[in-house]
Amino acid sequence: MPGWIDKQKNILDFTFSSILRRKGKNIALLLVYTLVVFLLASVMFLTYSIKREASTILKDSPDMIVQKISAGRHDPIPLSYLEKVIGIRGISSAKGRLWGYYYDPIIGANYTLMVPDHFSHGPGGIEIGQGVSRVRTTFPGDALDFRTWEGKVMNLEVKRVFSPESELVSSDLVLVSGEDFRALFGGSKDHVTDLVLRVRNPKEIPTIAVKIAELLPDTRIILREEILRTYDAVFSWRGGILILILAGAVLAFIILAWDKASGLSQEERKEIGILKAIGWETSDVLLMKFWEGMAVSLSAFLAGIILAYIHVFFFSSSLFEPVLKGWAVLYPQFRLVPFIDASQVVALFFLTVVPYTVATLIPSWRAATVDPDSVMRA
Amino acid sequence: MRKSTVFLIYIFSNIIFLAALGAHSFYQKEVARPWLAEKREMVRRLDLTDLCLFTEASYTRHLTQADGHVAFQDHPVSLEHFPSGSLLRPSSTMNRTHARLD
Repeated sequence: MPGWIDKQKNILDFTFSSILRRKGKNIALLLVYTLVVFLLASVMFLTYSIKREASTILKDSPDMIVQKISAGRHDPIPLSYLEKVIGIRGISSAKGRLWGYYYDPIIGANYTLMVPDHFSHGPGGIEIGQGVSRVRTTFPGDALDFRTWEGKVMNLEVKRVFSPESELVSSDLVLVSGEDFRALFGGSKDHVTDLVLRVRNPKEIPTIAVKIAELLPDTRIILREEILRTYDAVFSWRGGILILILAGAVLAFIILAWDKASGLSQEERKEIGILKAIGWETSDVLLMKFWEGMAVSLSAFLAGIILAYIHVFFFSSSLFEPVLKGWAVLYPQFRLVPFIDASQVVALFFLTVVPYTVATLIPSWRAATVDPDSVMRA
Repeated sequence: MRKSTVFLIYIFSNIIFLAALGAHSFYQKEVARPWLAEKREMVRRLDLTDLCLFTEASYTRHLTQADGHVAFQDHPVSLEHFPSGSLLRPSSTMNRTHARLD
């Protein structure tokens, strides 16, 4: 065993001397390779942890949301619909939800205003998310002014700011009392934004949804399963810019591997010829080339994965921020929980390290099996 | 020091670092357990349906609640113009199929 290790170390020493003779080319190769792995792994870590977090958090979202659709658009729903729905067997709770958007012209951001079931602060008080607090530099005790539907200014006092840890669901949230909501947006007291239903037995959800659709044909029913599925499809690899990032990275990698597989430089062929002439076996030459491929690909893979983890989970994917932020004025600053899918890391290893190493071996094997004299003279 | 030794030290230190990141991931998941519970409780208490990922437009803020004509809802000639539209696929409620074909 020690003999075998010594042999590998000797070949590795020789391999590094050979790599360092073409220092510029190999360093450039290593950097590009690391960048490709870094990009792929960053996208992988970011999308997987968002999906996992969404599926964990949204597990307790309502079983069913009933929206009224009028002329193809979401309309306030009459409370009389609630009375019709509540009689359906299997529904454990049904209530109206009051929520909407408020455009703040001072900073140009949109807030989500919502009325909770039990609001302890009463009229005049609000609870706000960290994002709202940050963009308006407002803290408990301060007042925020809103413009009502009649154009009047309404001052509401901030009673509480949600914790930074909850920013992924509450960053732009403003909780108000029912009275203040109606004063802000007007509208009839007999209408709410939508209906929220909870069902006793989850297996009955599709049957109940069909019953509601028959009973209230001008409504749209959104099931929790669809909510979860939407977030599972968010950042799908097939969607939008992600496929461009992935396609770019994969194409760059194919060019790298292609360059290696398509042949050796004159200098490399001569080197193999000399090694064969001084007594190296074909297997030794292949071992050297294997270590060369491994040295580049394994170093790049490990560095790329580590940098991607640091980028996503320590620096909140700051390189992707301009894309993620878009035109949003109020952008949630959340730190993702590092959910890692080991199978994805293993797949990335087999997609990057193995093909490159194999691509290095094939032309070397071809050169190593030709007569050394002809290789050196070519 | 031999070049091979330097290389092996580099690879092993990377593997140790990677293992440390694995431990960090495990530890952070434990640390985040109460925060996740807090968010889950908030979702249950307020009947929330969406994550606050993109606040630029109503239909990117509440992906699951947007109506079926979201790309055109802001203006008659308004095609999908928000950058986050390039990251998201349409809500699954817009893609109902009669049968699974794939």
